[in-house]
Amino acid sequence: MTIQETQQEIIEEFSLFEDWMQRYEYMIELGKSLPIIPEEFKTDDNIIKGCQSKVWVHAQLDQDKLQFSADSDAIITKGIIAILIRAFSNQHPKDILAADTDFIDEIGLKEHLSPTRANGLVSMIKQIKLYAIAFQTQLN
Amino acid sequence: MTYKALDIQKIRSDFPILQREVNGQALVYFDNAATSQTPQQVIGVIVDYYSQYNANIHRGVHSLSQEATDAYEQARKKVQQHFNAAKLHEIILTSGTTHSINIIASGYSEILKAGDELVVSTMEHHSNIVPWQMLCEKTGAVLKVIPMTQQGTLDMKTFDSLLNANTKLVFVNHVSNALGTVNPIEKIITKAHTVGAKVLIDGAQAAPHIKANVQALDIDYYVTSAHKLCGPTGVGMLYGKEELLKLLPPYQGGGEMIAEVTFEKTTYADLPHKFEAGTPNIAGGIAFGAALDYMNAIGFDAIAAYEQELLDHGTAELKAIEGVEIYGEADEKTAVISFNVKGIHPYDIGSILDKMGIAVRTGHHCAQPIMDYYQIPGTVRASFSFYNTKEEIDQMIVALKRSIAMLQ
Repeated sequence: MTIQETQQEIIEEFSLFEDWMQRYEYMIELGKSLPIIPEEFKTDDNIIKGCQSKVWVHAQLDQDKLQFSADSDAIITKGIIAILIRAFSNQHPKDILAADTDFIDEIGLKEHLSPTRANGLVSMIKQIKLYAIAFQTQLN
Repeated sequence: MTYKALDIQKIRSDFPILQREVNGQALVYFDNAATSQTPQQVIGVIVDYYSQYNANIHRGVHSLSQEATDAYEQARKKVQQHFNAAKLHEIILTSGTTHSINIIASGYSEILKAGDELVVSTMEHHSNIVPWQMLCEKTGAVLKVIPMTQQGTLDMKTFDSLLNANTKLVFVNHVSNALGTVNPIEKIITKAHTVGAKVLIDGAQAAPHIKANVQALDIDYYVTSAHKLCGPTGVGMLYGKEELLKLLPPYQGGGEMIAEVTFEKTTYADLPHKFEAGTPNIAGGIAFGAALDYMNAIGFDAIAAYEQELLDHGTAELKAIEGVEIYGEADEKTAVISFNVKGIHPYDIGSILDKMGIAVRTGHHCAQPIMDYYQIPGTVRASFSFYNTKEEIDQMIVALKRSIAMLQ
């Protein structure tokens, strides 16, 4: 599945929710259910310090696809991370570089990507793209 | 103490923003420690300035410039009276607390020498830490830190031991932004003066709750921002004793701050203009005066008594919720409650409260040393103002219980 297709799938899932409560309950559920980064990668090197919550991101290349894992100490942030990982993991670096994150807006979670939230998510997306650039160079 | 009870509904009708909705819910604004809301009486002054007498001040011979200059200088007078400064030119109008602190820190870079000591408290906002760290790097002066206690107060015994003949400056906030603790500035000033040190009091958080009398307290420098007390952003003040301000070099060069300019030698203007280079925030300054008028008409004693009721009510209601821990329980505090719920990140609570129309602050509140002391990533901070109500606090409690149910 392409990034575009996964994002479309997520948008469709979220369109089933009737209000913010249901969206947030789902995000919290995602956040709670996933250990999305192995403990060994939860290191200071992989940490992105937002003003409010911490985010860890790790990436590794599996043949020509990038695999991401990440975590946060805030559960809603972690829920969004789970969605971002679903969209960007197991994809080719050049596709990750070309993709945008507008779907977060479409599923009604735009406020969490606002720079004023300072929750580490904006830096996380930047980090995902940086990993993609770095591994793209390796592949070339 | 006698004071009029507040007519809250009338007061609330002065604030247009309190009528609006956020996320489909009536706004409950509990982020007053970050910035207060603005009453129509102050908004009207800003509109009036731009629609009736917008002109540059202190230079034009024409009528508009005269009117604007008079209004601006009138505002300075109001600030002087409010803080009871002895002289009008001891009031420097600045862009805010941070600017005011930087004027002093920059000035001391030419006064301090290596080995001089500065004393700061653990409870400061970053804006009352970082300029001094930069000053220490430049001069070789040493920064000493007053520790805090579990209760959220300053460790005054240790403070005593930090003072000596090398201590040149002590800077503490009047009220902690993250905890609401009212610090014993009178004692701090008296003790600092016994070793000849000067004291800067950061009044950003105190200003909306406590009227500081700079002469009675023998304060050397007092700084605050208008937007914390119903005024606009981008304007504030620096009070300094005349003899101390005279010792400091100008902060910025430019227009307004000069007496005479030639390429051979420029001489500086007298106080207060020496520290007021460039065209100031004229509308903001005038509105600062209007905000002081507005709050003084209500009365600081009445405000303090009412806010104490809000604080007591909020504290009791929050404590009744299982898992809530409150940080900062000093005997004397302003209407600020910093708290966490066991096992839940403050960001998550803040996000859900926002969805229910309740504005609180979450995070470290630009006071990381306090968070490090309690070993927490941050807190949820509800800060009340005199236009808030107990009913709003009850709404927050209901919303908080709902968010806990969702997050646990």
